[in-house]
Amino acid sequence: MTASVLGPDSPGRTSAEPADVPRVLHGAGAASDRVFRGLARGSGGVVLGLMLLVGVFLGSRAWKALSVARWSFLTTAKWEPDSHHFGIAAVLTGTVLIGMVAILIALPLALGTALYISEYAPRRIKRALVSLVDLMAAVPSVVYGLWGVFFLQGHVVGLSRWISQYFGWIPLFEVDGVDPHDPLATSTVYTSSTFIAGIVVALMVTPIACSVMRETFTRAPGGEREGAFALGATKWGMIRTVVLPYGVGGIIGGTMLGLGRALGETIAVYMIISPVFAVQPHLLQNGSNSVSALIALRYGSASSFGTSALMAAGLALFTMTLVVNFIASSIVARSRSGAGAEA
Amino acid sequence: MTDLSEQDMDHRTERTPSAHPAPGQQPPASFEDGPEARRSTAAWHLRDLLSVAGAAVAAVALTFLLFGWIAPFDAPVGFVVVAYLLFLGVYAVLVSFDENAVAVRDRVVAVLWQSLATLLLVVLVFVIGYTLWRGHRALVHTNFFTHDLSTTGPLQPLTQGGVVHAILGTLEQITIALAVTVPLGLACAVFLNEVPGGYARLVRTVVEAMTALPSIVAGLFIYATVILVLGWDKSGLAAGLALSLMMLPIIIRASDVVIRLVPGSLREASYALGASHWRTVLTVVLPTARSGLTTAVILGTARGIGETSPVLLTAGYTASVNKSPLSGPQTSLPLATFFMVASPQKNMIARGFGAAALLMALVLLLFAVARIIGGRGPGELSRGQQRRRAQASRRDLARMTGRAPGRQPDPAPGTLRARAERSTTGPRGRRRPPRPQQAGGDPHGRRRWPGGSARP
Repeated sequence: MTASVLGPDSPGRTSAEPADVPRVLHGAGAASDRVFRGLARGSGGVVLGLMLLVGVFLGSRAWKALSVARWSFLTTAKWEPDSHHFGIAAVLTGTVLIGMVAILIALPLALGTALYISEYAPRRIKRALVSLVDLMAAVPSVVYGLWGVFFLQGHVVGLSRWISQYFGWIPLFEVDGVDPHDPLATSTVYTSSTFIAGIVVALMVTPIACSVMRETFTRAPGGEREGAFALGATKWGMIRTVVLPYGVGGIIGGTMLGLGRALGETIAVYMIISPVFAVQPHLLQNGSNSVSALIALRYGSASSFGTSALMAAGLALFTMTLVVNFIASSIVARSRSGAGAEA
Repeated sequence: MTDLSEQDMDHRTERTPSAHPAPGQQPPASFEDGPEARRSTAAWHLRDLLSVAGAAVAAVALTFLLFGWIAPFDAPVGFVVVAYLLFLGVYAVLVSFDENAVAVRDRVVAVLWQSLATLLLVVLVFVIGYTLWRGHRALVHTNFFTHDLSTTGPLQPLTQGGVVHAILGTLEQITIALAVTVPLGLACAVFLNEVPGGYARLVRTVVEAMTALPSIVAGLFIYATVILVLGWDKSGLAAGLALSLMMLPIIIRASDVVIRLVPGSLREASYALGASHWRTVLTVVLPTARSGLTTAVILGTARGIGETSPVLLTAGYTASVNKSPLSGPQTSLPLATFFMVASPQKNMIARGFGAAALLMALVLLLFAVARIIGGRGPGELSRGQQRRRAQASRRDLARMTGRAPGRQPDPAPGTLRARAERSTTGPRGRRRPPRPQQAGGDPHGRRRWPGGSARP
């Protein structure tokens, strides 16, 4: 009996036995193990059921609204569900623009910080910096919103004015109804804009993107790093030829993960923008909107059909973040191939 | 890769004054001219610091010249941007006096990354500091922590009223959310790792998809089901449910990663000693992953505690204490902040900042606890744990050598067998039959677990 516990390599084994063949395993083990696995499967089933319930419920309620609006749901800018005249053209444009501004600002910041932490920072402060960036990812969005409304808004207006004055010929930076060369013009037209919301959201998503990038950078193989140094590379030469090619999946994936967060952000955006239900491509101008802000704005006064319409908007947002996140995680997962944890 | 071949081969040695006439045929480290001087391998030398400082002074001076004398600009942002660009340019010129182009590029890029990192960290610390600083006006009054706002108007001074209703609401809602997510989330993470197969892959995919669920949509779902369909009030319970829906995928994913990192050799050792599946999970897998799991739960809590949008849709808003999460509206700290700063009154805004600062302090506290407990991979021990582990193993050694001096030359088979037999005896004293197929026959341990498919 003891020999069978020790397995086929136990000293009792004689050389006369036949060669090893794959052993057939039977049985599900003891009753307690079956109960354990049943419980584990059950908990998986509960989670699966819960998540499917969310998806199915959202989908079925949204279908009620979508079957009324049909394709005009994508092209209408107004939101008047009770007269069956509603669509997400305006809010979707706003959401995407805010996300784009956020990512354009977040990408260089996250990349620079990730490279600094993984390559340049002295070992003593590395752990502290990592903790700091992780902490930033946990800061509540309402805190970022407060900062955006009470501090940033007042200080960024000058920059907005400058951009619109010199780059106003680019349609995105145009501002309607203001003469950029009039020094006495009011500055309220530059407040509550897509640009300001984008900056605040950028700060919220940078830590997430940064920690994904940093993780792939630190995983760049040490042998190749040392090889580059041995060939006489400078640090930047090593980063350019070893770390960045290795971490490109992390850069793209981290950025897209940040984009997914940026698209779904509610409270900070809601606090900053002044909602407008028209397609508003002018980044610097007062007035913007986003799907999540629409839901937060209209849920309370919505009729039953109005709630369905909001669900449809929420479903559209969810679909968008889902696609972005899946692309991101598949890119990150592919970049980690071969770095399995089981040694 | 072309750049690698033209990199200057250790450009520092070129300017080091050398005693040898022909540096190319230098013999390797001779002691003829005294002991060899230790070479500084520090990344920064005095010369580098001087060129950085010189570039900074020159850039600021040039910008002052430009802004003050040549053109009448008065934008502080513009000043900083122009000064920074000039700094990069002057620095490149200064470095190029001593180094070749490759080294100049290396230095300038290093400065660029460092300044980007500094910018981000300064801004992020500033965001937190701004909230704490604006909040301290309200936080210094003790009534802020002991009163609610039911009898306090927006115009009344900060010495009246407080946010105890929001603190209570936050604590109750997060407790409800944790009571749902911790057991369910951990069980699901264990399931994903211990019962692998197509079903687990499906669950993992769905959970991963759900991390993309925007929090406002989670709130809208609970609002539409619990409040509109079931007809409950807006209440703390509904808010707790919305928070759990949002936190559940986060906690499952984080714990899944942690449990996946538990080394397979540990599980196999446990199986080899004859332990059953659930005992392995309970006594090997979960304890090994404990610090990581705690961190996962705490970070999930920090995310949930600061979430405003699901609470906005499901909790309602009240200015007075509502102890019961089951009935009537209940507010939470982020929600109270959100409503208070919407007021035009200065004191109300100060209270809003106070609530935000309190929330921030709570998140900081959770985060610090998570760092102290965890932040380490499974099996990676803290210094104290290492010391205790070493002591235990010394004690074991002393015990074994003291007990069996005769068996000293070949102690292995006897002790191992004895231990294996002891561990097959379950905790209830019942002697379980050994399962040879788990112990030796399966090289892949847990992955090829029989799983009940072979026999009903």
